[in-house]
Order: sequence, then structure tokens, then C-alpha cells
Amino acid sequence: MSPELGNFALALACCLAGAQAVLPLIGAQRRDPRLMAMAPALAVGQLLALLASFACLVNAAISDDFSVQNVAANSAVAKPLLYKITGVWGNHEGSILLWALILGICGGAVALFGRNLPSALRARVIAVLGGVSAGFLLFCLTTSNPFDRVWPAPLDGQGMNPLLQDPGLAFHPPILYTGYVGFAVPFAFAIAALIEGRVDAAWGRWVRPWAVAAWCFLTCGIALGSWWSYYVLGWGGYWFWDPVENASLIPWLTGTALVHSAIVVEKREALKIWTVLLAIGTFSFSLSGTFLVRSGILNSVHAFANDPARGVFILGLLALVIGGSLLLFAIRAPALTAGGMFAPVSREGLLVLNNILLCSICAVVLTGTMYPPFMSLLFGRTISVGKPFFDATAAPLAIPLLAFMGFGPMMPWKRAQFWPVLRRLWWAGILTAATFVLAAWRIRDILPLLAATFAVWVIASSAADIAERIRLFRLPLGQSLQRARLLPRAALGAALAHAGVGVSVLGLAAMSQASHKIVEVRVGQTEMLAGDAWTLTDVHAAPGPNYTSLVATIEVRHDGRLVTVLHPSKRTFASQNQTTTEVAIHTNLLSDLYGVLGDRHGTNADPTYVLRLHYNPLAPWMWLGGLIMAMGGALSLSDRRMRVGAPRRARLAGLVAAR
Amino acid sequence: MTRKSRRLWLACACLIGLGSATALTLSAFSSNIVFFMAPSQIRAKPPAPDRTVRLGGMVVAGSVRRQTVGDTPVALFDVTDGQAAVTVRYEGILPDLFREGQSVVAIGTASPDGAFRASEVLAKHDETYMPKEVAEALRRSGKWDPRYGKAPDAASWDTMTVRNARKDAAGPQQQHGS
Repeated sequence: MSPELGNFALALACCLAGAQAVLPLIGAQRRDPRLMAMAPALAVGQLLALLASFACLVNAAISDDFSVQNVAANSAVAKPLLYKITGVWGNHEGSILLWALILGICGGAVALFGRNLPSALRARVIAVLGGVSAGFLLFCLTTSNPFDRVWPAPLDGQGMNPLLQDPGLAFHPPILYTGYVGFAVPFAFAIAALIEGRVDAAWGRWVRPWAVAAWCFLTCGIALGSWWSYYVLGWGGYWFWDPVENASLIPWLTGTALVHSAIVVEKREALKIWTVLLAIGTFSFSLSGTFLVRSGILNSVHAFANDPARGVFILGLLALVIGGSLLLFAIRAPALTAGGMFAPVSREGLLVLNNILLCSICAVVLTGTMYPPFMSLLFGRTISVGKPFFDATAAPLAIPLLAFMGFGPMMPWKRAQFWPVLRRLWWAGILTAATFVLAAWRIRDILPLLAATFAVWVIASSAADIAERIRLFRLPLGQSLQRARLLPRAALGAALAHAGVGVSVLGLAAMSQASHKIVEVRVGQTEMLAGDAWTLTDVHAAPGPNYTSLVATIEVRHDGRLVTVLHPSKRTFASQNQTTTEVAIHTNLLSDLYGVLGDRHGTNADPTYVLRLHYNPLAPWMWLGGLIMAMGGALSLSDRRMRVGAPRRARLAGLVAAR
Repeated sequence: MTRKSRRLWLACACLIGLGSATALTLSAFSSNIVFFMAPSQIRAKPPAPDRTVRLGGMVVAGSVRRQTVGDTPVALFDVTDGQAAVTVRYEGILPDLFREGQSVVAIGTASPDGAFRASEVLAKHDETYMPKEVAEALRRSGKWDPRYGKAPDAASWDTMTVRNARKDAAGPQQQHGS
């Protein structure tokens, strides 16, 4: 019964979304307050219907209702409860429903938190969100309905891919999807602004919190995904430059550019048309990234299904959303008033530079990702583009970005000079130079060396920025702390996010110096790696809930002193006839000791085991940096101006009343 | 500074950004693109010894041999597309999903004597999934048509290779490995 209810709720949500797409738009056009007022109600109604539908699917998965095809194909009685729940979005149909649910939440959030928007703008924003939602709900209902029944119902399900049975995966897709889908709100604002023909400082201020929120989630999602592939896949790396990973990186790059260019719109009323284009582009990349990858058009490990009907529907939908919005942009953008020009050496000048560099990186990543499928489509040649390509293209562009990032927050608006800023950054400069000398001693390759140097530069200059603002050591400490308390949170957040980038890049640079060793050893044998002695002391079999495992014990000693005991294992899942590798990681936040148990060879009397041992310096910093970036974003979201300041449209540019 | 010169600055910055991106991309494309080759292609026209290629095909059943050089485990296995087989030498742990008779992609370099040194071996996460490039190579070689169901299993691949067919004609079939 409950799957039918879920199906009904899904259809209801689709109808509500359709109404939400049309009625408020007509209302805004005719200035009919009643039709406009329907927008929030419809958005909340759609959200409730989607919540009900999702709850029904979760219920079917928990109660092992194998008459639902989706549950039968992806679940099993023996699966632990947590994975029954998370398994709901571990497959194509469920992930589309989750996607739609998050879009519904975005619509509901605009309806609830957007009370201070002008009613016509709010109605249009919600209508655009409804339109996107209606399209994807239709896709969900017609080609990938998660509530399809199967008859006769099997006694047990086929079970879930053991690789996906991991707590990291419980949170990775929802967070990543929230990031992707969150950019639908800036997109909707951009479309609404194009329909209205008006972009001003107030618009920049309304759109920025949504962009920052989505950016925080996307940052967390990417970091979590990378961490997952590091500790689950057990290959010792963290980023594969797989199309699906690039598909998340591309909107992150344009989204980062959007977050920065919206500042220029807000403060200087410039870069308006460009910001609208970025908002459209970011959401378009999120959309095409998720769906081209999931539909299996790009060859990827994450592709769930290879179904032509779905592919055609998705391509049509993407063409409609992306093509339609770009067409609207082409028609309406010339009508928007162009913003002012500004000096190259100024805060806004550096923000433009940031946008140029981020978009250049985005362009090379996009080229590297799309070139192989195009070559195979047009010329029938199968090629692939991997890490060497991306290292050689993205890194040289990222280094000037890091270099200028240090100056940005300290540069005054309008007109500035490099010299006074540089003079305030003197100690950060000395620290950077010292890092360069120290690092040049250890790191031989030029790109990681420069990356490490400028990472320190970014962290130091962010600290210098805050120290300068609170006049640390120039006023008595108490007064400095007082100033720190009154500092706008947006400034603190920006400094924190920049420092997070530095921490991540430092981790990436140090990881280029990681060492590993693959050995075949007997129990009791010792291997040396990175100054530590790794001894395999024991291997034994152990049972698990739906698998059996072989657990190894590795003792790691440094100068005879026991550092840690690692327990890497191999699990064999009988229901799928599949084995997975469980990595053992010991971290002290400065380096990871990473052990993997491989195959067992030799005779029963004298077995040998293959081990892969990694020493990964500063590995945790890569994800820690991502977390710091997201925290910086969250901090700037909590800024008073973002929460309280209900900006009213002012006649005069820049004059925005606080209340 | 006049409005015109400011605009010029902006245009210059954009050009430099996009120009360097293009230059970097082109230079990286010339050296870092990895071509996919089927075993028969490698046999017919071996790539330059310093050129990294992706070799894809099916792992010949019973062809996996293991050695230990020093403390390092080395796996040797044959990869076939039904026309020819290439022996792959890989130092390291084979992925969990690596199976005899299933598709595999090895990334590495081919030496002139025909042996392939892999730096990386990929078996896809999903055991029913065959990399598109492998499927395409198998289809082209005429040994398998995806319309008629799943790829035949290991044993039949083994005998389908030209090399083994010749061996069959010459004498009793030789078993690989242990």
C-alpha cells in the first residue's frame, strides 16, 4: 500500500510543480497579487508531497518490501539497517528522487526565508524552481519510477554493492546533491532578473547567501567524496580525475567564481551581466554533470544505468533548461544596464582576475573531460585523458590564483596601490620565502614546490588580514579582542575560507611526496618504509554480519617504539560473490600510515601475503582544508548583514537601507 | 586612467588567462593523451616504448602467474581481444574485481619484444560491467556481439585466440600457469 501512496505523492508533487511553474509567472507578469501569493504555498505543498513520497520509499526499504523493484534490486534482508536507509539513494531511481526532494527543499526555503524579497521577484524565482522541478519529476515518473512493482515478489533482494556499504556513503550523496541543487536558487534568481530586466546591488545581496550556502555544501560533498575514495577504494590516492569527479569540480570552480563576482555586484554594481551568466553556467554544469554521468553517457564508474530512453529524456530536458536559459540570456542581457568600469589594481580588479583564472581552470578541466567522448563520437578513436594532463594544465593556472588570493582581501575598493598592501604583508612574505627555501630542500618538482609555497602565503596573508583589521600588537590585547568581536563575520569567514584553500593545497603538495611499497611477506617479516618498520604479526579469519573477512595485524614501529597497530582486512560478500578491501589508516594529522591487505599466495603450510604500505604526509589536510573552507562560508552566512539586512531596492546605487 | 584603457586592461587579462589555458591544454594534449589499444593492435603496430597506452581486453583463463622479485610481488597475465594476446606484467596488488575471463584495462607501456609493463590495472567496480572500449574492441574483432548476450566466458576466449588456435593445430593444448 505504501509504495502506491508514495507513487501518488510523487505524481501530486509533479502536478504542484507544474502549477508552481506557470501560475506565479503569469501573476508576476500581470501584477496580480493573488496569483503571486500562490507561489510560496505551492512550493511548500510540493515539498510536503515529496517528503511523503521519499518517506514511503524509505519505509519500503526498511520493511524489506521486495515487491518494489527498486528495493528488490538494491537491498537484501541481511543488510544492516543503516545501509537499508542509505541504499535508498545508492541507485539511479532513488538518487533522482533525492535530487527532486532537495530541489523541493530549496523551493520551500525560498518560500519561507524569502519573505523580504519583492513579491514579483519571489514569485518568479519560485516559478523557475517549480519549472525545473516539474521536468525532473516527470523524468522520475515516466522513465525511472522508484515505486515500480515486480511480480512475483522475490523472497530476498539482490543486495547492494558492498563498496557502497560504508558510512561515508551515507552522507556523501545528500551533501553533494544539496550543493548541486542549491545552485538552482542563484540560477532561478538569474532567470527572474532576466525576465524582469533588472540587476542591481540589492539583487547581488539577495543572491549571494544562496550561492554561498550551495557552495559550502558542494565543497563538503567533494571533500567527503575524495575522502571516501581514499579510505574505501584502497588505492592510496584521493582524486582520480574520473569524469564524475570532474563533473563536481567544474560547478565548484564556476560556483566559487560566482560567490566572488556577486560581491562586486553587491558593492560596486559592476560585473552584473557576467554574474548572471555565471549563475546560469554553474547550475547548467551541475545539471549536466549529474545527469550526463548518471545516465552513462560519459563512461564512468558512477554510472547507474545505460538506458537509451532515459538518456534521450535527460538530453531533451538538459537542452530545454540550459538552451532555454541561454537563449533568454542572449535576448535579455543587452537590455541590462552595463556596470561601471574599474581600475585593474583594486579589490574589484583582483576579483575579476580571480574569475578569469577560475574560469580558465574550469575550461581546461572541461576540455579534458569532454575531449575523449567527443573523439570517440566523431572519429571513433578511443583515448583517455588522465592525471598527467590535468596536473600539467590546472596546476600552472592555480598557482597565480593562489598568489593573488593573498592580496585580494587587503586591497581597498575602487583604486588601490600594490605597495602599501605589500608593506602590510611583509611578515607573510618573509614566511613564504622561508617556506620556499625549506621546501626546495625536500621537494624536487617545481609545481608542488610552488604550490606549497603559495599555500603558506595564502594562510599567512589571511592571518595578516585579520591581524591588520584588529590592529593586533598595535593596540593593547584587550582592545584588539574587542575589535575582533565586532569584526564583520563576512570578513572572518572570507579569511577562514581562504586559509582553508591554503591548508588543502598544502596537503595536495605534500601528497605529491607520498611514498609507497608493495611487498609479499610471511607472518613475522618486517619491511621498512619512510623510516618506520612495518611488521606483519598475524593474519586471521573473522566473521561479519553479511560477509567473512580476513584480518591482518601490522605493527608499525619507529626506532623500536610502537607507533600503531593496523588491522587491514579483506571482506568476502557471499551474496554478490565479491570481495572488498578494508584499508587500515593511522593518522596523527601530520601524516597517514595506510596499510592494505592484498592476496594470499603460497601453500597452506607456508602462506605469504601481499601488502601495500603507504606513507602519506599531510594527507588529512586536504579534506580538513575543505571543511575549513565550508566553515568559512557558513561563518560568512551568519553575518548580520546576510540575515537581518532586508535590502530594499534603492534608487541610488549603493544606498541600501538596513531596515 | 580612462575608461578605454581600463577596458583594454580587462580585455588583456581575459586574453592572457584564456590564452595560457589554451597553450597549456595544447601542450598537455600533445604529450599526455593516452590512446586505447586492443592486444591485436599492439601486436600489429607496437607503440613507442615511452608512450603510455591503455590496453584493454579479456584476461585469458588460467594465464595468471605470480612471481616474487625481491619482496615485490609481480603478476603476469595475458590479455586478449580474440585476435591476439599480450602478456602484461604488473607489480602490485591486482584490484579486487580482477578475475580471469573478465574484462580488464591495463595502463602502461609496451616494450618492443611485445611484453606490456602496466603501471596500473583497472577492473571496474561492477562485475557485470565491461568497459566500453573493451566491448568495442571485442565487437570489432568479431568474436562477440553484445546483441547476443553477455560475453562468453574465460575458457572459450582462451581457445578463440589466434595464437592458441595455431597451438591447437600444432599439438596438444598447453596449460598456462600452475
